[in-house]
Amino acid sequence: MAAVAVKNSGSRAGALDMITKIWAYLFLLVMVIFFSVTGTGFFSLNNFSNILVTSTLVALMAIGQTYVVITSGIDLSIGWTVGLASVMSARTMRDFVNGGMDIAPAIVLGVIIALLVSLIPGIINGVLIARVRIPPFIATLGMFGIVRGAAFLLTDGQQVVGNLSDTLRQVLRGIGNGSLAFWVPGQGVAWFERPPDLPPEVIRGVAQMLPYPVIVTAVVVIIFAFILGRTQFGRHTYAIGGNQDAAVRAGINVHRHLILIYVLSAFTAGIAGVMHLFRFTAGAPQAGEAALLQSVAAVVIGGTNLFGGEGKISGAVIGALIIGVLQTGLVILNIDPLWQFIVVGVVIIVAVLVNQAQAALERLRSNA
Amino acid sequence: MPEPILTVQQVSKFFGGLTALNKVDFQVSPGEVVALLGDNGAGKSTLIKCVSGVYRPEQGRITFDGADITHHAPSEIRDRGIETIYQDLALAENLDVGANVFLGKEKKKRAYGFINVTDDDFMRSEAAKVLERLDIHIPSLKQRLVNLSGGQRQAVAIARAIYWNAKLVIMDEPTAALGVPEQRKVLSLIRSLRDHGVPVILISHTLQDVMTVADRMVIMRRGKVSANLPRAEATEELIVRHIVGFGEVAEAS
Repeated sequence: MAAVAVKNSGSRAGALDMITKIWAYLFLLVMVIFFSVTGTGFFSLNNFSNILVTSTLVALMAIGQTYVVITSGIDLSIGWTVGLASVMSARTMRDFVNGGMDIAPAIVLGVIIALLVSLIPGIINGVLIARVRIPPFIATLGMFGIVRGAAFLLTDGQQVVGNLSDTLRQVLRGIGNGSLAFWVPGQGVAWFERPPDLPPEVIRGVAQMLPYPVIVTAVVVIIFAFILGRTQFGRHTYAIGGNQDAAVRAGINVHRHLILIYVLSAFTAGIAGVMHLFRFTAGAPQAGEAALLQSVAAVVIGGTNLFGGEGKISGAVIGALIIGVLQTGLVILNIDPLWQFIVVGVVIIVAVLVNQAQAALERLRSNA
Repeated sequence: MPEPILTVQQVSKFFGGLTALNKVDFQVSPGEVVALLGDNGAGKSTLIKCVSGVYRPEQGRITFDGADITHHAPSEIRDRGIETIYQDLALAENLDVGANVFLGKEKKKRAYGFINVTDDDFMRSEAAKVLERLDIHIPSLKQRLVNLSGGQRQAVAIARAIYWNAKLVIMDEPTAALGVPEQRKVLSLIRSLRDHGVPVILISHTLQDVMTVADRMVIMRRGKVSANLPRAEATEELIVRHIVGFGEVAEAS
């Protein structure tokens, strides 16, 4: 009897259920079409690759944030962790190069050291939350201030770490603004570098097909989506978010797991910070400041439940892309960029409403 | 009567000045359903928690399956085969049936030759087998538990207990939150556990349930066992008298 009931209401609610699950994808598609029709220059390879590059910062932060939110936590500190990693990598590379080290090892060491340093706030967050039992909101809010202070101390209060040598900056820029493949109008695909000596009218049409920041982000997305969706670590992440007591009683080491989750969150923020340096060739403490709330927005828009237990990396990536498309599209339509805050705000609220509708649908079905 | 699998001998437990258990003797034999009855504060939960290792008794001895488990940790006791199903079931409702049966002990397989992933198909099919054994039908094992009824969730909790070869299942108010048809289902599950040779300790306030399913009733009052009745001798009136204490009932009637 119960089986029949579930089946019937399932088909009744099926269509609606489907829409609530994929609405973010539909919304992204509708927005791309809207801006393509209304904004000149929006529908171009160049612009699309630009949107992808712009979205990498929020997407990387949203990956770690998704794990955290699935465990019903939140990480407010990652915005400044991005800045810390950016500043740290800039300083180490600069000092190594000024100290006489070759460019390549200086960059590699700078990246490694910056990533390791960016794990520190994650470890402290995790220990505070898992062992000392400080609520995630408070613990990471405290870390927000601590990391912010640390990042600015590393720049002696300056807005940027400049004075990187020209050769170092050139190499960084080549990676951060480079692409594996270019589309050259009339000539087709060119690998690694845009062909030299192009006429000016052709240069304007050259587009990056596989920008390095996008490739790096895609690799990180695939790895962490795989871990979340397919491995025991991912399963335990969902279990902790669904019912922490059940996870404890089932023998899952919840303390250790939560610490790892916050370290992971700091790690993807660290990658974002290092990549920020590669793109802008100067360390900036406030590199991720605005992106923090956007990362939370991306996670929510992507269907991750703020109360935990549900969520996907793919959703967070779609959320980040929606924000990226909005930002770029509004600029192209020549609308005051301040409107983007309002639009993103509205989208977040709609996202939560849709998710609630979906939860209500599920309740309806289980009560049927 | 077969050898008891669980023997509680002269167990006492104190909380400060309060005597929660006072030299309690209690036994469970293979293949029997024992109902543990008593008013709030009579010591039922304390006794159960001593058996499952959550509390350590100050006096007495608890043996299970030939081993002294008096001072074992809860996880060791679980490993020895005592599964406790609490009222809240301890399930992750955002996961499917297979994931819940294997929660914390996920079955893994190699993917792409180098990385371990969860073997969801295996876990689902094993879950299906154990549910089959218990004669439980859940339409789709890919359903997350939020979409299942209370009785089905209870069934999943029971399935998880017996999948890991429980030799004794303790159930705390298993029918409290359920509708009537579901209560019946859970009671028949308890019987089928017993028929599989797994003894059950059932804590319940619902006398009707107890009368239908229990082979023996142990009634506690003020930290002591006040009666131990085989079903043949038990009537609702007699049970109630023991629960509230003979004297008061006699006076009232």
